[in-house]
This record gives sequence, structure tokens and C-alpha cells, in this order.
Amino acid sequence: MTDISAAGLPRPKQSILTASDRMKRRNAAEVRFRAYGLIAIAIALTTLAIMLFTIFRDGVSAFHQATLTFPMELSAETLDPQGNRNRDEMAKVTTIGYQKVLSGALLAELAARGIVQEGVSDKQIGDLISKDAAGQLRAEVLANPEMIGTTIDATVLAAGRVDGFLKGRVTLGTAERDNQISPDQLLLVEKLQAAGIVKSSWNWGFFTNPDASDQRPEAAGLGVALLGSAYMMLMVLVMCVPVGVAASIYLEEFAPRNRWTDAIEVNISNLAAVPSIVFGILGLAIFINFAGLPQSAPLVGALVLSLMTLPTIIIATRAAIRAVPPSIRDAALGVGASKMQTVFHHVLPLAMPGILTGTILGLATALGETAPLLLIGMVAFVDNYPSAPPEGFLDPATALPVQVYSWASRADPAFIERSNGAIIVLLVFLVVMNVAAILLRRRFERRW
Amino acid sequence: MSVLMLLAVVAVLAVAAFLLARQRALASVQGNPKDLHSLPGYYGWYGAVSVLIPAFAALVLWLILQPMVIEARISATLPADLVADATRAELTLADVRRVASGLDTAVATGALSESEVQALGTATTDVRALLAESGVALAAEVSPEVLAAAQDYRAQSHWGAAGRTALVLVLAVLGLFWGVTRARPEFRARNQVERVILALLITASSIAVLTTVGIVWSMVSETFDFFSKYPFQDFFFSLTWSPNFRGGSDLGIIPLIWGTLYITLVSMLVAVPIGLFAAIYLAEYASRRTRAWVKPLIEIIAGIPTVVFGIFALVTVGPALRDYFAEPLGLGNSGSSVMTAGIVIGILNIPFISSLSDDIINAVPQSLRDGSLGLGATKSETVKQVILPAALPGIVGAVLMAASRAIGETMIVVMGAGAAAKLSLNPFEAMTTMTVKIVGQLTGDTDFAAPETLVAFALGMTLFVITLGLNIFALWIVRKYREQYE
Repeated sequence: MTDISAAGLPRPKQSILTASDRMKRRNAAEVRFRAYGLIAIAIALTTLAIMLFTIFRDGVSAFHQATLTFPMELSAETLDPQGNRNRDEMAKVTTIGYQKVLSGALLAELAARGIVQEGVSDKQIGDLISKDAAGQLRAEVLANPEMIGTTIDATVLAAGRVDGFLKGRVTLGTAERDNQISPDQLLLVEKLQAAGIVKSSWNWGFFTNPDASDQRPEAAGLGVALLGSAYMMLMVLVMCVPVGVAASIYLEEFAPRNRWTDAIEVNISNLAAVPSIVFGILGLAIFINFAGLPQSAPLVGALVLSLMTLPTIIIATRAAIRAVPPSIRDAALGVGASKMQTVFHHVLPLAMPGILTGTILGLATALGETAPLLLIGMVAFVDNYPSAPPEGFLDPATALPVQVYSWASRADPAFIERSNGAIIVLLVFLVVMNVAAILLRRRFERRW
Repeated sequence: MSVLMLLAVVAVLAVAAFLLARQRALASVQGNPKDLHSLPGYYGWYGAVSVLIPAFAALVLWLILQPMVIEARISATLPADLVADATRAELTLADVRRVASGLDTAVATGALSESEVQALGTATTDVRALLAESGVALAAEVSPEVLAAAQDYRAQSHWGAAGRTALVLVLAVLGLFWGVTRARPEFRARNQVERVILALLITASSIAVLTTVGIVWSMVSETFDFFSKYPFQDFFFSLTWSPNFRGGSDLGIIPLIWGTLYITLVSMLVAVPIGLFAAIYLAEYASRRTRAWVKPLIEIIAGIPTVVFGIFALVTVGPALRDYFAEPLGLGNSGSSVMTAGIVIGILNIPFISSLSDDIINAVPQSLRDGSLGLGATKSETVKQVILPAALPGIVGAVLMAASRAIGETMIVVMGAGAAAKLSLNPFEAMTTMTVKIVGQLTGDTDFAAPETLVAFALGMTLFVITLGLNIFALWIVRKYREQYE
């Protein structure tokens, strides 16, 4: 057998130490192939970097907010015409009345400081103050009637365009085409900034305020969305984890191999692949139309998200239970524990870190999910905080990712900034959850 | 007694039953637990369980049945013209419920006393104005029949609540006696408790099946409703989609399917090469250190919520494609387009394809690589001619699953693809998908009698069938063609 090869083949004319043309081609193909892989990875990581960069570039400014600070006299004649500090009487003064007080005080301050700008009418100066400021002031005064008659150093929100000017989004050029602000007003804002009346400061309102209407992006905040998301995650945790863990225990430890358990297994793996919007349809048809639960309620959102997260949690928990070696079970059974005692006293505690990791990752997915929540009405405009649990679970609310979407679909570019700011908040939560899961895994991971 | 209060009382009874049963079991053997069949705690648990289960079951059944029974009785007393057909009856009953809850609020806030509510008549008082004062807005005047029915409804609900409390408490107390009296030394408490736990475990695992049943049932019933109002051949074969809530809509699914498939195609053209090459590089070429850094970084993409990708499509990718490709090439001036949505979905799917393929490539045994390299093949030749053929079924499965995810993706197409249903080949034109239209038809005020709303359920059903079919097909391919090593 061995002597056939030597005879027939022509001797290579070239030394094997110098590469033949064919070998060069093959080596070049090798280099190219390797480069394709590197390029693919580079593309993936660059897009990720660009995406995060644009979000941070556009979103970080949402955490700062322009405000106007000026002394303001809360005169009793205008705010409490009856003079008896009766709240019902005072409530007859509408926000328009307060708006006049605000713009009057600002005009007086400008006159006192000698700041003048050609081409800006008194009304336009008043327009530099946010339309939301009057409502806030009114609520504050009605809550503390003793403020009336005093002069306070008011810090009020500036209008959205002024805020945009401080952040560089609005310029003199864009203002010429804008019917909400004029270049002259912006020049005045520059002078006010130099005088220390307008300044940009940390925006707590972004975390606490409810959503605001289209005309006042400066007042819009994430308060209701954060509360709604928190309610939902709480309920998902309470509903999903016990059920998911119980289902996994049954399937891993007790289930006989028969048609019913096979059906359950196939179901779980298929449910994990069903598009999330289908769960939204389920929620709309069953929880809202059939069971009559209210639209936009965190309870309905939590039910939908629980059904969606359940397969993820079951898959993770089963893997964690399977990783506990059979010798532990044998030892427990050997000293006389029942099957149930073996599972609950020995297997489950050992599987706990894995279960927790899976649960946190499942919750992180649920926190970022948007599509099913749109269908159950959580995209509605909600500017009242839901009340405390348990009644609050049925009050209308929104969720963090839904707020991102609804701001992104508004016309004013100021809402795009808010939307990106909301994404940053959402990403911070997700990073915290994922890091917690990784640390948990590192800390408790055990090789048997 | 309110439901929460009732639950609290039942919980207290359960704790009492636990303590009493445990105590009794220990007392019956003079405090020596060795003479008991089970550990003392199990007797306690048996007591608690026998309080909780019957009481809970009765409460849940009552809460479900009471509204049904009361509504059936109320609609029997209503005049025939108010309950002429199903929708009319439903509207009337909704009115009755609203008035009844309004009266409840009025009593709760102290605007009316209980006897005043019973004496209320439409002839003497303006009920609508009265309820508006206590914060309940009604759309129309309250007719005498509805008011009478609402008063009746309130009375029956009160009786129902009283009956519910009585029944649940009686059952809980009976359960307590039963559980405590059975705590005798020879009673097999542990076996009984474990049977209950097993039953709970089985119920929990059946919820997954119930979810599927719920999905299918909710969509099938509404889809049938839709096809009874709109001919199904028009739905499946018509080439136009123009819903019109005043009637006369064209609801053809073909433009939506075309948009969905076109976007999916673009996304796969992005995701498959990038994902696959990345996986090959990471599995075959990368050093251990690079792999440990790059793999998690790529997987970050999978952890970012899709709404973030939606914003990326809307704010960055869409305008960039429009300004640098579509407008110079004269292909359109729309920021939202098939390309925008397709590319962004493709990016979203890169980690999905790369990590699945990575696992599959790593599962190919080392001996195949060694054999190929030993014969003088270069590394890339080994990958192309040995590893990829061996891993092909798994990779095809991964690609099909990624396609199914792209088809079902919602937020990115809602924000990046546009809303115009078109049949066009130009990838820079805005087109729309099934998921966009589901969101469009079901958000806001919806009228569940109109085919324009119900069509969303037919779309959802189609989407469900397509994605489920793709997944099952993918699993089937993986199973059928999988190479079994060793």
C-alpha cells in the first residue's frame, strides 16, 4: 500500500520553505477570513458605542433645568381679595391670576436691576416663565396661606425654549423660525444669565414630577412612570417567583414522564418565543375586556409581564435545580427525609443563588418591555400619581419604557431630550440589576 | 365585611389552627414527639391548610359567580326594550352598575344616607346632578327603570356580601375544627400536607399551559367575530389596507405581510453575516482574554430594551440614512423606512445569532478540527469545510429563531418603519408591518364591535401562527439533522 504514492506523483519543483502561488492564495484567504471576523465584531461594538453615545449626548442635559430666581411679593389684594385667608375663597383666583403676579414680579425685578432689551414686550418677558410655574405657585400658596403678604425669593421653572437655549438646543438662528420665542428674547436671557436671574441647576423635578402636556416640556418628569414601574415590578416579583419556582420544582423533581408533562414542557419553550405584543393582546382580551379590570392599571401590566416573564424564570430555575448534584438528594433520602423534605430542605437552598440570578435577569427584561403595555392603555397621558398600594394598583399609571416612547412621539424636540434622559434612568436600573446578578453568581457559584 | 378584612380574619384563623393543632398533637403524646407519626409542625400545617383551602375556594367562587347571578336577575326585571339585544343589554347593565357605584360613593362620602338612597326617585330628584356632586359623572339622564334596577342591584350586592362573609367564616371555622380534631398521634399529617403541596406545585406548572390556552382562546374568539363581519378572502387576498372607522374599510393583510417580510429580510442581511462572523472569530481565533471581554460586550446589546433601539432608529439611523443615502440617490425623503427598521432590528439580533452560533460551533468536537488541520488545511478552510457543515443545522435553527424575533418585533418598527401600508420594492420608503398595525388599531379609544378594531386580533393570530411555526420548524431542523458525536 505504501509504495504506490512515491512512483506516480511528480516531484514538487519548489522548496517547501518558499510558499507556492497556491499557498499564497490560501494564506491570503486565511487573512481575509480572519479580518471578516474582526470587522464583524468591530461593527457590532461600534454600533453599540454610537447608540450609547447618542443617548448620553442627547439625554444628560435632561438632568439640568433652567430656572428663574427673583423676589416676588405675594400681595394680598390680588391673591386673597376677601382678605380672610379662606382657602375656598382663595381658590377662586385662577392660575391666570398667579401668572400675572409672576410676570409682574419679573418685570419689577428687571426694572430694579436696570436690565433692558430692545424689541421685547412685557408679555414676551412674562413668556420666559414656564406656563407650569403659575400652577405650582398657586398650589403652594393654597397649601400655606400664611405666605400671602410676604415677599419670597421665588425660584420658578423657565420656559422650555429658554431651557433649550441654555443647553444649546435653541439658538438665535432657530429662534427666527420659531413662533414660541424670538431672538430678542434670547438676548434678554443672556443678560438675565449674566445677572444671575436665569441659571441652570440640578433637575430633581425630572424624577418626581408627573408628565406634562405638549406645551410645557420643562415641567415633564418621570414621577408617575417610576411609581408605575415600581408597582409593576413588585407585583411581578410577588406573582411570578413563587409560581415559577413551584412549576420548576414540579417539572424537575416530581413530574412523571407522560403526555401532560410533555405538553407543559413544549408549552414553556414555545411561550418563551412568542412575540411580546401577543401577550398584550392577551391582556387586553382577557384581563380588560373579559375580567373587567381598568385600563392603564399597574395590576394589569403586572399580570401581562408576569405571564411573559414566567417562561424565563422557569427555564433559569430548572437549570439551577438540575445543577444540584444527585448525591445531595440521595444523602437526604438515605437518612430518611421524604421526597418533599429533600427538595425543600436541601435542593432548593442550594439552588437559590441560581434562582435569584435568573429572577433578577427576568425582572430586568420585564422592566424594559414596552409593546404589551401599549395595548393595555399604559401609554395614556397620566398626570396624577397613583395612590398608595393596594388601591394604587388599580389607578392609572405609566411605565418607564412607555414614557420613553410617548415622549419620543411628541413634536417638540425638548421631549426627545427628556426621552433620552428617561432612557438613561432606565439603563441605570438595568445595569444595577445585571451587575447584582453577576455579583450574585460570582459570589455563590459552586462547582460540584 | 370587605374582602381584605375577610382575608385577614381567615389568616388569623389559620394561624390559630396551626397553633391549636400542633398543641393538641403534642398534648396527646404527653409532649413526646417521638410517639407522633409526623413532626409536630406538620399537624399544625394540616390545621392551617384545612382552614385556608375551603375558605379560599369558596371566596374565589363567590367573587366570580355573584356578579353573574345578580346581573342575570337584574336583567330579568328590566323592561324588554332595554335588553333587546346583547349590546343593548350590556350598555344598560353598565349604566346600572355605574349608578349603583355612584350611589355607593354618595353614601360613603356622606352626601346621602342609606334610607334616602332607597327612597330616591327620578320624579322627585335629579339623580345625575346629585351623583355629579359626589364626583360620579354620568353620560346621560338616569331613567326610572335604571334607577330602580340600580337600587335593586345595590340591595342584592349587600346581601351577596353578607352571604359571602357568612359562608367563608363558617367554612373557615369548620376547617379549623376538622384540622384540630384530626391531630392524633396515628394521623399521617406529613403525607397529607405533602399531597397538598404537590397539588399546588402541579397547579403552578399548569399556568404555563393556561397562558397558551388564554392566548389562543382570546385571539380565536375575536378573530371569528372579525371574520363574521369582514369576509376572510378580502382579508387574506386584498392588496389594499385602508381602515376607516366610518365603515367601508379595506383590510387586506398582504401589504402588511410584505412590509414585515421585507424588513425581516433586511434585518437578516445585517444580522446573519455579522453575527456569524463574530461567532466564528470568537470561537476559533480569539484568545481567551479577548473572548472574555468581547463576548459580554456583544451580549450587552441583547440586554438593552427595544424601545431604546426604537429611539436610535428614530433619532439617529433614520435621519442619517435619509440624508446620506435616500435623498442623494433620489429614493425618497422619509426618515422612517424599511432600511431604518431593518438595520436596527438586525443590530438587535446580532448577539442572538452570535451567542447561539458560538455555542453550536463550540459543540463541534475538537477531533474534527485536529483531523482537518492535520491534513494540512488552513484554519479558515477547516471552518468553512468542516466546522460549518457540522454546525449547519444548529445555525439554520438559530437564524430561523432570529427571523421569528424580527417578525414579532414591535417597538423598533413602530418608531422606525412608518405607518403607510404600501407594496413597494424601494427599501428607503416607509412601509408598515403587522405589529405596527396591531398597536395602531388597539391603542386609544377602541370599539370592540367594529371590524377595524377586531382586525388587530386577526393580525395577532397570523403573527402568532407565523412565529410559532418558525420556532417549531427551527427546533425540528435542529433535532432532525443534529450530528450525534460519541
